[in-house]
Amino acid sequence: MKLIFDKSVPGRRGIRTADHAGGAPVPIDKKLLRGEPADLPELSELDVVRHFTELSRKNYGVDTGFYPLGSCTMKYNPKAADLVSRYPGFADLHPLIPQLPGGEVMVQGALAVLKETDRLLSEICGMSAFTMQPLAGAHGELTGAMIIAAYHKHKGNAKTTILIPDSAHGTNPASAAIAGYDVKTVASNADGVIDAEALRAALDDSVAGMMLTCPNTLGLFNRHIKEIADLVHGVDGLMYYDGANLNALLGQCRPGEIGFDIVHLNLHKTFATPHGGGGPGAGPVGVVERLVDFLPTSVIRERADGSYYLDYDRPRSVGYVAPFYGNFAIVLRAYAYILMLGREGLVRVSENAVLNANYIMARLKDRYDLPYDRLCMHECVFSASRQAAGGVRALNVAKALIDRGFHPMTVYFPLTVPEAMMIEPTETESKETLDAFIEAMIEIADQAENDPEKVLACPTTTPVGQLDETLAARKPDVAALGRSESTDDR
Amino acid sequence: MPFIANTDAQRREMLATIGAGGVEDLFADIPPELRCKGLDIPPGLTEQEVRNRIAALGEHNSSGLVSFLGGGFYDHFIPAALGAIVSRSEFYTSYTPYQPEISQGTLQAVYEYQSAICRLTGMEAANASLYDGGTAVYEAIMMSLRITGRRKVIVDDSVSPIYRKMVRSYTGNLGIALLETESVEGLPDRDAIAAQIDGDTAAVIVQNPNFFGCLDDVADLAEMVHARGGLLIVSCYPISLGLLKTPGQMNADIVVGEGQSLGMSVSFGGPYLGFMATRMKYLRKMPGRIAGRTVDSRGREGFVLTLQAREQHIRREKATSNICTNEGLCALTSLVYMSLLGKRGMVELAGVCARKADYARSLLLKVPGVTMRFPGRWYFNEFVLNLPIAADKVIRGLFNRGLAAGFPLGRYFPEMNNCLLVAITEKRTKEDIDFLAHSLEVIL
Amino acid sequence: MIPEELLFTDQHEWARVEGNIATVGISDYAQNALGDITFVELPAVGENLDKGDEACAIESAKAAASIYAPLGGKVLEVNSDLEDDPGLINSEPYARGWIYKIEPSDPAQTGSLMGAGKYEEFLAAQEDH
Repeated sequence: MKLIFDKSVPGRRGIRTADHAGGAPVPIDKKLLRGEPADLPELSELDVVRHFTELSRKNYGVDTGFYPLGSCTMKYNPKAADLVSRYPGFADLHPLIPQLPGGEVMVQGALAVLKETDRLLSEICGMSAFTMQPLAGAHGELTGAMIIAAYHKHKGNAKTTILIPDSAHGTNPASAAIAGYDVKTVASNADGVIDAEALRAALDDSVAGMMLTCPNTLGLFNRHIKEIADLVHGVDGLMYYDGANLNALLGQCRPGEIGFDIVHLNLHKTFATPHGGGGPGAGPVGVVERLVDFLPTSVIRERADGSYYLDYDRPRSVGYVAPFYGNFAIVLRAYAYILMLGREGLVRVSENAVLNANYIMARLKDRYDLPYDRLCMHECVFSASRQAAGGVRALNVAKALIDRGFHPMTVYFPLTVPEAMMIEPTETESKETLDAFIEAMIEIADQAENDPEKVLACPTTTPVGQLDETLAARKPDVAALGRSESTDDR
Repeated sequence: MPFIANTDAQRREMLATIGAGGVEDLFADIPPELRCKGLDIPPGLTEQEVRNRIAALGEHNSSGLVSFLGGGFYDHFIPAALGAIVSRSEFYTSYTPYQPEISQGTLQAVYEYQSAICRLTGMEAANASLYDGGTAVYEAIMMSLRITGRRKVIVDDSVSPIYRKMVRSYTGNLGIALLETESVEGLPDRDAIAAQIDGDTAAVIVQNPNFFGCLDDVADLAEMVHARGGLLIVSCYPISLGLLKTPGQMNADIVVGEGQSLGMSVSFGGPYLGFMATRMKYLRKMPGRIAGRTVDSRGREGFVLTLQAREQHIRREKATSNICTNEGLCALTSLVYMSLLGKRGMVELAGVCARKADYARSLLLKVPGVTMRFPGRWYFNEFVLNLPIAADKVIRGLFNRGLAAGFPLGRYFPEMNNCLLVAITEKRTKEDIDFLAHSLEVIL
Repeated sequence: MIPEELLFTDQHEWARVEGNIATVGISDYAQNALGDITFVELPAVGENLDKGDEACAIESAKAAASIYAPLGGKVLEVNSDLEDDPGLINSEPYARGWIYKIEPSDPAQTGSLMGAGKYEEFLAAQEDH
């Protein structure tokens, strides 16, 4: 399909701006002007609408069909949450207004949303307070690592290392590293969870904290979590909870009560923001009481009369991590979603997420290897090792699912499982959908045994087949440049 | 229960398949003493109730203020077609395009977005987005350290004070020498910067138009820093590039900025869009996702996420950045916006903003006691006024007349208590501007 | 076949010592595990490396690996052909796919490396694992 630039017709116009002084010279020194306009396409509004509608039809979303992408929590996100995020009272609210003298009274509704969401998330996670500033999950991790650093600096601790399990998301070590920490990896045991002995061996006074996902990326809950937390606390380390998998625990247990000191949540996973093809999300960070002073600036406080204000006078704070108060429109969606669910609804989320995952695991474990054969939480991890022996790898199973109308599961993650296939059905899917997916997986397993070539040829129903990623990385073509950029020989 | 499809009968059937007596059994791994004793959260509300409640909260916010606030975040007109396209659920409810065969829509759009950002900024390669303009400045600094292997960066104080605060938060523990230079008469002070640049300087960071709205040609700064083997990072306002000389034309090495003005509402702080572009030679040092064009097994053109070996999911603690989820839908929004306005539309829009600002300036300067803080400078759509009294006082007075007159600079620049930063977009009518000037005259 | 004269680390780097120059690359096993190499970040000529230092990085479309110095010394030359054709590491790991040459600072360091035969045993043991 042609690039939008290649559809351009010289002289054609889309959206106009009323220009009452049309043709009058621009009041800027010519030496400061670009000369040639940016080589953007020249199209009608309809041209643009058709182009992007055609592109959208080459995509697959949760609204299209089942999306069991492990670790990503691709659940259905209610449309009401989107609708309220566009209410003009919020969408048109300039973030600098509360920084103006007398401006706070003009944003009381928005501050109420932030403060109430803080209270709701704190209750759900057993934390004392949340900041809404972090703009995505990994950004929350970085904020958390900065809070860990601020805490140790305040206490005069010389700490250099963050512990991370081998099954962790790549963002964990990356976040710890860019916050200035050395990363030490801790091995999982035969049960797929952190090994207390390996942890003891790794622990010393240099340990600033440990980052954990719970349940972990294998969908397993570590029964010894409290013991692990006690060990880390024993060297004055802080326990960091990566909220990627909170969907499994909503209303079942609270990170603050099982030993965690800092939590980040992915509002775009657990709390009603569609993933948007790669964001935007939000990664609020919650902390226990002794860390509240280190939260980013500003924080929202309530006066005795019930009004809210922003507190910028926070000497121990890690400072600004976002320009303002976070991805407000995402927080607003989460707020609406939690209000709709209520306490009962939150518990039903985790119950059904876990039920759905265990149902898939139970029905597929005869056909695919299950490296950890025990109850799972909200996701289950199979291995395609058995199929791989006959030439059909996890990636091929994934592509075969595409031809059967499903989005693939996550493959090759976690790194601790060979040929990993990580399935997270979420609570919003029905038994009929799960059954259809299970049938497809069984059919692929059959085909892998009897006619592997057919599986290897997948996908055949998509606009393109398997793409040459090696070529893309060897000879990067990352932009179609305009006339003035491409003739450049700098 | 809301948003859950399975009936009780289905749940029983599924439990039987699993071999569990009840849902409780599935949580057996959680030790009983660690179980939650119940959440102190109100019962669920219906959609109608929630919408009413949030609409009511929205009414607690000021509405109908005529706003001249900018400071990096601008109230531009948003075409209806934009919302219609971007809310298509195939874009909206998809994940990061890790499975290219069923993500060609997102991937081609990202490639087109990268191309549009290059064309706008005069650069050669762009990434798929960063969180916002401030984190983009920080990422550009980290990138300059990787490229040069050096530890010192120089930021001019005409770069957004909000971004400078963010950068200080992020780099505080990293052993980086972060130096700030003081601008003079609204522009970066060449002598001060030259005095700071040395063999350990990774980058000089400037903004154009800068926080005071002043325009600059920073080609000389590029030459100055390149002579010592460092890089020039320029933060810019994309709407202004409809008209202004591009950072590429001024020989910048890394260009970043806040993309909110390209079709996103101000939304009380986000979601926004950080964009980043650079030279091809630095492509592999750039953080974030990048879409690339390639071919499939039958030679058909297609798009993939490429150069992933730089990223956290492969490189882990050695990655160029920890960024994973970025601002995908916001990047799409900006691409659709640039496409709807098009080549001529971007020039037209920038021209209208500049001329309206010029009109506002001429009118406001007729108010007795009001002068330009930085006379003799060129401006795009934002400028700093010197007022005869504290800007805070003026802001309060004009709030009563339904005006958010601008941003009082004393908050970030203590010596500028009487200074007001005023921004004009195409949405401000002649009547709005006349009313601002008239009201200012009345209250002074 | 693994050339007889090569010495190996347990991280799958090889070194060929000729006089006071050692050429460094990665083994056939390593290139196979990484898949099609897409990019090699070469060390800087003149850089001094200690044995075990990260000398450079190699990327494929879906993986990345650090290359550690099998021997300490000063980098004399890098294989700039890899800039245009990183696939040479895949097609000729022991010949045109070499990565860099150093002047070893301590010839005795070769003592800790495996000979070709021993490396083959090492690989066989890994397969069984």
